[in-house]
Amino acid sequence: MLNTLWFILIAVLFIGFLFLEGFDYGVGMLLRILTREDHERRAIINTIGPVWDANEVWMITAGGAMFAAFPHVYATLFSGFYLALVLLLGALIVRGLGFEFRSKEENPRWRNAWDWAIFVGSLVPALLWGVALSNLIRGVPVDRDMHYVGTLFDLLNPYALLGGINMVVAFLLHGALFLGMKLEGSLRERACRFAERLWPWTTGLFFLFIVYSYFETDFVQHVGVNPGVIPVLGVLSLLSSGYFIRRRDHGKGFVLVALSVVFITATLFVALYPRLIVSSLNPDWSLTIYNAASSPYTLRVMLIITLILLPIVLLYQGWTYYTFRHRIRADRPEEMVY
Amino acid sequence: MDTLALALARWQFAVLTIIHFFFVPLTLGITILLAILETLYVRTQDEVYKDMVKFWGKVFLINFALGVVSGIVQEFQFGMNWSEYSRFMGDIFGAPLAIEALLAFYLESTFIGVWVFGWEKLSPKLHAATMWLIALGSNISALWILIANSFMQEPVGYVIRNGRAEMVDFFALITNPNVWVQFPHVLAAGIATAGFVILGLSAYLLLRGRRDAMVMRSFRVAAVYALLGTLLIVLVGHTQAQHIVAVQPMKMAAAEALQRSENPASFSILTITDEATGRELISLRIPYLLSILAYNRPSGEVKGIQELQAAYEARYGPGNYVPPINVTYWSFRLMVGAGFLMLALAAWAVYLVARERFADSPRLLKGLVWATALPYLASTTGWILTEVGRQPWIVFGLQRVEDAVSPTVSAGEIAFSLIFLLVLYILGMYAGVYLIGKHLRSAVASPQSVGAS
Repeated sequence: MLNTLWFILIAVLFIGFLFLEGFDYGVGMLLRILTREDHERRAIINTIGPVWDANEVWMITAGGAMFAAFPHVYATLFSGFYLALVLLLGALIVRGLGFEFRSKEENPRWRNAWDWAIFVGSLVPALLWGVALSNLIRGVPVDRDMHYVGTLFDLLNPYALLGGINMVVAFLLHGALFLGMKLEGSLRERACRFAERLWPWTTGLFFLFIVYSYFETDFVQHVGVNPGVIPVLGVLSLLSSGYFIRRRDHGKGFVLVALSVVFITATLFVALYPRLIVSSLNPDWSLTIYNAASSPYTLRVMLIITLILLPIVLLYQGWTYYTFRHRIRADRPEEMVY
Repeated sequence: MDTLALALARWQFAVLTIIHFFFVPLTLGITILLAILETLYVRTQDEVYKDMVKFWGKVFLINFALGVVSGIVQEFQFGMNWSEYSRFMGDIFGAPLAIEALLAFYLESTFIGVWVFGWEKLSPKLHAATMWLIALGSNISALWILIANSFMQEPVGYVIRNGRAEMVDFFALITNPNVWVQFPHVLAAGIATAGFVILGLSAYLLLRGRRDAMVMRSFRVAAVYALLGTLLIVLVGHTQAQHIVAVQPMKMAAAEALQRSENPASFSILTITDEATGRELISLRIPYLLSILAYNRPSGEVKGIQELQAAYEARYGPGNYVPPINVTYWSFRLMVGAGFLMLALAAWAVYLVARERFADSPRLLKGLVWATALPYLASTTGWILTEVGRQPWIVFGLQRVEDAVSPTVSAGEIAFSLIFLLVLYILGMYAGVYLIGKHLRSAVASPQSVGAS
């Protein structure tokens, strides 16, 4: 029970991370896709300026909570996916510095370099998280001592790469819809058109991924032929988002894509439960919520602390989105902070 | 076991963590000061305070960005290079890390965004309150990571069960006596670092002819802040050293290069040890002084390296339990030396501030520009003392460093990640220093637009 609750909490932290960082990464990539004009790029950065750092903390917290609740998963995952994680960390380093440093100097070469940093720093994590999560459910070579015995190239299989591309495309869509809500004028128009053009690709690739998953993972054996309500909701929210995107109702489109991110991530955890890392060598060597967990005492202490703190975090983080709910206008550079 | 991989993993942790800690103390101290200054602005409506907050706030933000991005690596590198440590210690060590994220990281990262973007959106009072929340978040973060680190120095509230250390008393973890000497020390170091950075940069501006109210008042405030911080460091540091004598005697013996137990014990002025044989090549010592420092009286035994080695062999089995003596010894001396030099400089600065002569003393001002490096030297050597002095243990008495390293990560992978991340850190620091330099130069060029730049 305690272990299951912690499994759910870890899932919640990952959902929070992929929901918030999702559009955040998307916005970072769109910075170079939508425009070459400096004042428009500034506008794009300023849409997430007040919130990107707090969004990123969701990933840090997911990592920290994993360490506290399932230390073996923390140890196996990050020592096993070593080079991928190093690239991810490098991407996040230049991305964060890009946001903070870019507009503090007028030199166009300086700004262009940091714009690349933000673009690559957003693309690489989106791709790598997609690859990593797909591999978790597909199975990775983990031996009886919970040690990852594969290489980086074992992670770069076609299925996981498709998962990574799916995540990049989904985050681009989500980011474009976020910009649709947050911008005004012609830049907003471009973001909207981008979302419209991208939606069929996102949906198509996602269906390809679903089909591929039936062959590459044990989803059907594990969950059953009837997948339950969560995966269905994930698919339905993605499908219905197309209707609102075409009608230029970006608020609803954004919410529906957000819901699809939430439900699809939840589906991943449903497919994993009660495992956290599936061993491709032997099912008995998988890391589960039992053999990878901390002691009941630690799980209990941390559960109480997390259940007290997380709602407070949600309240004040929600308040910041409310405080900065206004739209950004690219033609008003005097209002730009970053 | 791959000894090259182990060596590289140690270098990686040391280098990346030391660089991360370049940015931490300034954040800890300057957020408190900015919160005080902004509160003064709200209460007095004196625009000089606002100029100070804006000017030093920009320096803080550049520093904070580097702290944030290097901090991400910290959260994951235990799993990357120290997977066996993570398995052995996760039950205890993961908890404070997760609490740090939940309680502190969310708080500071959320409100830093609000503070930066909220000048026009929030009431002045609420805006000042967000800086208090950032200061609170940063310092709570330091508290929880030191709770985690303190367990490695002084394990409490655990049992060894299922082949790992398991927590049995969360309360013991957070009331670990080591936390309550280490955290005040770091807090005071933060205050001193902020004081010396603002003093050093203000001194630079004064030397370049900037003498307006913003710079003059910054200097005065920073002088008092730096003196407060260094005084606290000396007091707390003394208490902490006494605690180390009692609880981590090997660390203190190595820091003093004290080969044999002495009663009364002598304090080393200069000792060079041949580490292979344990023989003292040079030794100048002041009799009684170490006992006085350790126990506040001229007698009392301080354990020596050889007696402790024998005692640990009896307790933990055969092996070498002596940390690298010369590194520990010199890091201790550099830290203490830097600390007392800071105390003297801060006292001098406050004295000239009280007599309103500081702006006309180029000797003081030039000295303070150079002294900006001192708190960084002291913090770095302080951590080297703390961590190297604990060797060969990663968790004192429970796990050795060589048993903690990831068995599946190759030396090549670690070398790549060390170089890759180090290059990014250096580029980031270069950019950050460039931006701070530009900020200062533009302040020299156009005194009026200080806050706006």
